[in-house]
Amino acid sequence: MDNIVCFRTHHLNPPWSLQSYLKVGGYSAWKRILVDKVPRQTILASIKASALRGRGGAGFPTGVKWGFIKAELPGQKYVVCNSDEGEPGTFKDREILLMNPHQVIEGMCIAAYVMSATVGYNYIRGEFWEPYQRFEAALEEAKKEGLLGNNIFGSGFDFHLHTHLGAGAYICGEETALIESLEGKKGFPRYKPPFPATYGLYGKPTTVNNTETFACVPVILEKGAEWFLKLGVPGNGGTKIFSISGHVNKPGNYEAPLGISFQELLKKAGGVRQGHALKAVIPGGSSVPVLPAEVASTLNMDYESLAKAGSLLGAGSIIVMDETTCMVKVLARIAHFYTQESCGQCTPCREGAGWLWRIVHRITQGQGSLKDIELLEDVANKIMGRTICALGDAAAMPVLSFIQHFREEFVYYVQHGKSVVYSQRTSRSRKFLDYSGEVGGFISFG
Amino acid sequence: MGFVISQSEQEEIDRWLLKYPPHQKQSAVLPALKIVQEKNGGWLATEHLDAVADYLSLPKIAVYEVASFYSLFDLKPVGKHKIYVCTNVSCMLAGSETIVGYLERRLGIKMGETTQDGCFTLKEAECLAACGGAPAMQIDNTYYENLTPEKIESILAGLNG
Ligand SMILES: Cc1cc2nc3c(=O)[nH]c(=O)nc-3n(C[C@H](O)[C@H](O)[C@H](O)COP(=O)(O)O)c2cc1C
Ligand code: FES
Repeated sequence: MDNIVCFRTHHLNPPWSLQSYLKVGGYSAWKRILVDKVPRQTILASIKASALRGRGGAGFPTGVKWGFIKAELPGQKYVVCNSDEGEPGTFKDREILLMNPHQVIEGMCIAAYVMSATVGYNYIRGEFWEPYQRFEAALEEAKKEGLLGNNIFGSGFDFHLHTHLGAGAYICGEETALIESLEGKKGFPRYKPPFPATYGLYGKPTTVNNTETFACVPVILEKGAEWFLKLGVPGNGGTKIFSISGHVNKPGNYEAPLGISFQELLKKAGGVRQGHALKAVIPGGSSVPVLPAEVASTLNMDYESLAKAGSLLGAGSIIVMDETTCMVKVLARIAHFYTQESCGQCTPCREGAGWLWRIVHRITQGQGSLKDIELLEDVANKIMGRTICALGDAAAMPVLSFIQHFREEFVYYVQHGKSVVYSQRTSRSRKFLDYSGEVGGFISFG
Repeated sequence: MGFVISQSEQEEIDRWLLKYPPHQKQSAVLPALKIVQEKNGGWLATEHLDAVADYLSLPKIAVYEVASFYSLFDLKPVGKHKIYVCTNVSCMLAGSETIVGYLERRLGIKMGETTQDGCFTLKEAECLAACGGAPAMQIDNTYYENLTPEKIESILAGLNG
């Protein structure tokens, strides 16, 4: 019943075919726009009124972003879909590409029309071989059907849509790094301004949106901005695909209205595993601040509620941790990720992320000191806001929030050289201890 | 004579080139490297990089710096199959340590190494966007989810070396 936007073909067999997509009303908005020559401004007004916000992490209003492109100016413009999906805990774009690729195509077509772009690219992460092939097959179907190409439905509008494949780099999810990568370069984020809307791919005006963002667009134009807006809560239109992973009974993607309570979502995912108690939640992917159970339990899952609670909705990627989780070790893994993935271009991020990882790592090795905890906060604060792109903040925010909410666990680890969690000898955590002893405590990275 | 990109590889690269403006051949560098890597033993030696640079009319350095930046390119010999095991948070919470430990024992190698018979290279992956099926891994172009030691056994058996 909740699968009404991005997952609306899920009940069909197979969900990804053109036939299935047409059955749910797919491409009807696209055809109507071209045949009736719907003015760009009308579409733009709808997108704005729907309160669709970017699903890639920042939640920026999509209509406003599209409005930055001066469609009436001559010259090449581009629309680019960000299917680089690399934020730990996020796995929705992969499912959208696999299950409903045509809706992404239609969304990109409409975006191209609004911004008068005749060429588009879907940048798909290199690991996504299967989704890439699925999307390619959908492109072929759409071309055969005359939904893409030159002079579509005799409208005089041309749109050529291509795939591009990444090759393994989280940073290429950052939109300007993605553009660099699409140009065949290292994924080094650009300084902003200028923003892609004025200087994007090949120096031309470009809009980059997330896969899920594009997939929302056709439904808004079919059913109306009002309908979409009312699915969610004010300022947060629509349903969202929530990726739920970690210690839940039924991990997976769940389409649910923005503003749904965390409790209700958790129920959809089968609750915390085998009757364990909730300890902490990362509500928007590994880059956003962690929240303790008390705070998470009372949350509503929309952009403002999460910001008020001291975190972010991010990409809607919920990582659930129960009481057997050692927060120090989780932070060590997260810090390792950002060290690995920092592109190395700017010093605070390249050096700072490495510092953060080395300090947390040494705590997990029983070699930390109490001063290290302050040092972590100090280094993190010195990265925040001082980097070319937001990867620096993404490395710093977990550190600050883990220490803020679970400081006593860090102190215990430093003082005892082991985790407070594995020291609580309930039968279950006992098993955990034995096991972690066997492999040497924790995988040693690097 | 150094390495020459084969006719079929050239045709594949040419199909990618059609996607980009004619003066933006550089855009095809990632796909070209992937194609050449897959057809030539899974890794890229300097002669492969030079051939790609030559084919796309790029300075060699433009290809070198790309090849060394992206994690899916290997610049040293690798096994016939590359196993990328995700150890990021959601997989870790689902027991990726067990999976890594099992694979290391089963293959008799550590992370980052290649088996003596040249069949497998074991690598640590960052989040594969398969966290709902954690623990997850990728072998070559295929994803495997909800891993257990038994499942790994049947996957490896299916690859027959
Ligand atoms: C380090 C980093 C990684 C990112 N990764 C992704 C990603 O994988 N997918 C994505 O859509 N956006 C990602 N973003 C956000 C993009 O820069 C951009 O804001 C987004 O694609 C815009 O689309 P939207 O407005 O539809 O959300 C990332 C940002 C940063 C700083
Ligand atoms: S954490 Fe392993 S796939 Fe996401």
